[in-house]
Amino acid sequence: MAPTTDTIVPVAPIEVAQREQSRPAAQREVVFDVRDLSVFYGKSPAVKGVNLEIYRTMVTALIGPSGCGKSTFIRCLNRMNDLIAGARVDGKVLYHGQDLYGQGVDPVSVRRWIGMVFQKPNPFPKSIYDNVAWGPRVLGMRKGLDDRVQRALEQAALWDEVKNRLKRSALALSGGQQQRLCIARALAVEPDVVLLDEPASALDPIATSAIEDLIHDLKRDYTIVIVTHNMQQAARVADMTAFFSLDVHEDGSRNGILVEYDETQKIFTQPTDSRTEGYVTGRFG
Amino acid sequence: MSRAARERYSLRPTAQLRRRKLVNHLMEAIGTIAALAAVAVLGLVVWAVAKRGAGALNRDFFTELPPTFGETGGGIANSIAGSIVIVLVATAMALPIGVLVAIYLNELAAPRIRRSIGLVLDVLNGLPSIVIGIFVFGLLVIGHGQAAWKASFALAIIMLPLVARATQEVLALVPDALREGSLALGVSRWRTTLGVVVPTALGGIFTGATLAVARAAGETAPLLFVSSVTTSQVSWDPKQALQSIPLTIFEFLESPNPEDHEKAWAAALVLMTFVLVLSLLSKAFLARSRRKLAR
Amino acid sequence: MTAPAATPSRPLRLSTRSFGDRLGDLSLYGLTAGTAFGAVALVVLLVYELFDQAWPAIEKFGLGFVTSHAWDPVKTKFGALDFIWGTAYTSLLAVVLAAPLSIAIALFLSELAPRLVRDVIGALVEMLAAIPSVVIGLWGVFVLGPFLHDHLDSFLDRTLGWTPFFSGGVPATGNGLLTAVIVLTIMIIPITASISRELFLAVPDELEEGALALGLTRWEMIRGVVLPYTRGGLVAAVILGLGRAVGEAIAVTQVIGGLLGIHVSLFQSGDTLASRIAAQYQGAATNIQVAALVYLALILLLISLVTNVAAQLIVRRFEFQRTGGA
Repeated sequence: MAPTTDTIVPVAPIEVAQREQSRPAAQREVVFDVRDLSVFYGKSPAVKGVNLEIYRTMVTALIGPSGCGKSTFIRCLNRMNDLIAGARVDGKVLYHGQDLYGQGVDPVSVRRWIGMVFQKPNPFPKSIYDNVAWGPRVLGMRKGLDDRVQRALEQAALWDEVKNRLKRSALALSGGQQQRLCIARALAVEPDVVLLDEPASALDPIATSAIEDLIHDLKRDYTIVIVTHNMQQAARVADMTAFFSLDVHEDGSRNGILVEYDETQKIFTQPTDSRTEGYVTGRFG
Repeated sequence: MSRAARERYSLRPTAQLRRRKLVNHLMEAIGTIAALAAVAVLGLVVWAVAKRGAGALNRDFFTELPPTFGETGGGIANSIAGSIVIVLVATAMALPIGVLVAIYLNELAAPRIRRSIGLVLDVLNGLPSIVIGIFVFGLLVIGHGQAAWKASFALAIIMLPLVARATQEVLALVPDALREGSLALGVSRWRTTLGVVVPTALGGIFTGATLAVARAAGETAPLLFVSSVTTSQVSWDPKQALQSIPLTIFEFLESPNPEDHEKAWAAALVLMTFVLVLSLLSKAFLARSRRKLAR
Repeated sequence: MTAPAATPSRPLRLSTRSFGDRLGDLSLYGLTAGTAFGAVALVVLLVYELFDQAWPAIEKFGLGFVTSHAWDPVKTKFGALDFIWGTAYTSLLAVVLAAPLSIAIALFLSELAPRLVRDVIGALVEMLAAIPSVVIGLWGVFVLGPFLHDHLDSFLDRTLGWTPFFSGGVPATGNGLLTAVIVLTIMIIPITASISRELFLAVPDELEEGALALGLTRWEMIRGVVLPYTRGGLVAAVILGLGRAVGEAIAVTQVIGGLLGIHVSLFQSGDTLASRIAAQYQGAATNIQVAALVYLALILLLISLVTNVAAQLIVRRFEFQRTGGA
């Protein structure tokens, strides 16, 4: 896609992948409605005033330089920040209209529907089969476990590689395979949303591209939110992109903010904010 | 957002979730109760010793000798002096040797040797102290008689693994950059070790020594064999067999005289206080030296 | 831990180093290696010395000592069986009681409690380990024993008197196997709990987060990830606790009652290897009795060595597995 204005001259051409036309706004179903979200660790704010909507069965990428609160923000969506002592969340996160942080809402319920894959692959010290089967087992899905495991591993594009060694330890897999196992593990409990926190940053390019192909397939059935520090990756996989940056105040304090959120194509070719433009053209970040 | 989605992905607690949370709470309760039970036992013991021992604690207790047969009153001055001598001499024996062993293991030895000798030290740490008492008895006492310094030797054997392990841990925390900087200047290995590495680790060495002293001060079994036929005079001579506080407690227990039992509690209070204070100090020190080295 | 090579790696023209330096390096190496290997020699010497002192009894009774019931100082017939039973029985029971309690405490200290509570209670549990065994024994004789005798024994007799553990009717005093087992349990718990806590704290955060992100409760995460991950280390910690119980002489001898006999009922009395040695050594009438007591010590040493070495080897194997040889 050629840039259409003079002021934006990409340092390197960014391939914005051909994708089916984004759904018109009216057809988009909102999964997360985030209103004025701020996260504080103790007294210092990590990220402030985030407003956006995440849409169903679309891939939403969170990009921006490190330290801008992308990971902090995504961890709010499945209440993983609850695990950090001293972390406080202000504002509202509505999940299918329900207040995620409402009274009487147990984080365990939240995480049932909103799964997460972490930056560093973290398979359990169990067999490949048990890694995937354990979650469903505990959650009471005991019937047809074998089928469920197979389906999850197929969806994670790992089945063919491991189908003959399901009982072997998961720790014997390569990094890329371990990460796909973690994805399978998250899919096995049939979540609604899958959050990916820099899922490929610890992997080599081949494994990375395998994960990206996976994401293209997964978004048919799941809503995906992905944090990535790699702009090109966002351009390749995401339908919507949110650009985070640092807000520096006079007193030297700084916190992350959401600068711009739009369809990926627009962010990379016609960004409205100059900060976004500066980042995607490689002038900084 | 559709009503259907809201129903399907409801965040309301289900019966199954409630059940799982109940199990979770139950396990948390068990853990909490167990921990509180352990603390309660500590409290019971400390309270009993304090309550029963405080009564007999007076100036006489610390300064007087045990009474002659049939008389009342008196104190455990000889035991206190004896314990001080025995533990001090034991520390003087164990500390330098323990540090030297740790230096060898951490700075100079090949990994396989380090692992093997480390295993031996860990095994030595687990040996029953009564066995060590019999060993020192056979080695030093048979044919030569009992003496306080021989008891110190037995205690030093018990203290050695503690000092060596604590020193090793601290030496390992000293950053390699320090060693390499010194060696790169052309300073020899032995000067680097003694002049740079060890001084940096002094805090941890002190902590290890404190822990070891706390352990040694409370040991009774070796003393049974090596320093038990003692004078009831106050003596500071290590060549004599000196009385000691743990042994005094043990012997008072056997006595039918209730006044001796009171003195046993009082002696136990003194010993326990000493040991607990030392343990707390060593923990505080350990935290402090870890912080310093981690910077 | 670093392992700088003992010899310099860059080629050094020896003539350029000062004599003092070479001498110093050599002396340091010799001195420290000497003490380290000296420690090993000490252990060997210890085993030899015990053999030497026990020899008269080994000669006279041979291996039958281990299976003999006798203990008669007058007729100078001695055997270790009663005490081997006492040691094994009391120590194993104490471990069975202490292990789950220790693990529960360790989980509380590593997973459950807020940071401040953790540090305080953790310090208190470690202080329990610091109390000298003679003080615990004193408390056992004058506080625990009478309490058990006055309040708990009859209750146990009524409710569990039909089991072999509490058969035979309420004992006359507070001394006996039950008191000894409880005292040993109290002494084991701090060690096992400390080691277990270190193990739990070492479980990588990302593993725990991965489990929680799946929508599992804390306990489910502990059961499915933390406990399996630390399994080897926990076994070693329990065995180390067993080793501690086996070797405890002073506290046990004060509360166990020191009688002969092999009993299962905790209302009975008995004796352990360590306890008998502590009780009789000073009053031993004949040389052969002394030798028999040292023979007991030799058996105790063997049991202690086996348990300690086993625990240490398991720890090392487990570390290796966990870090993949790193």
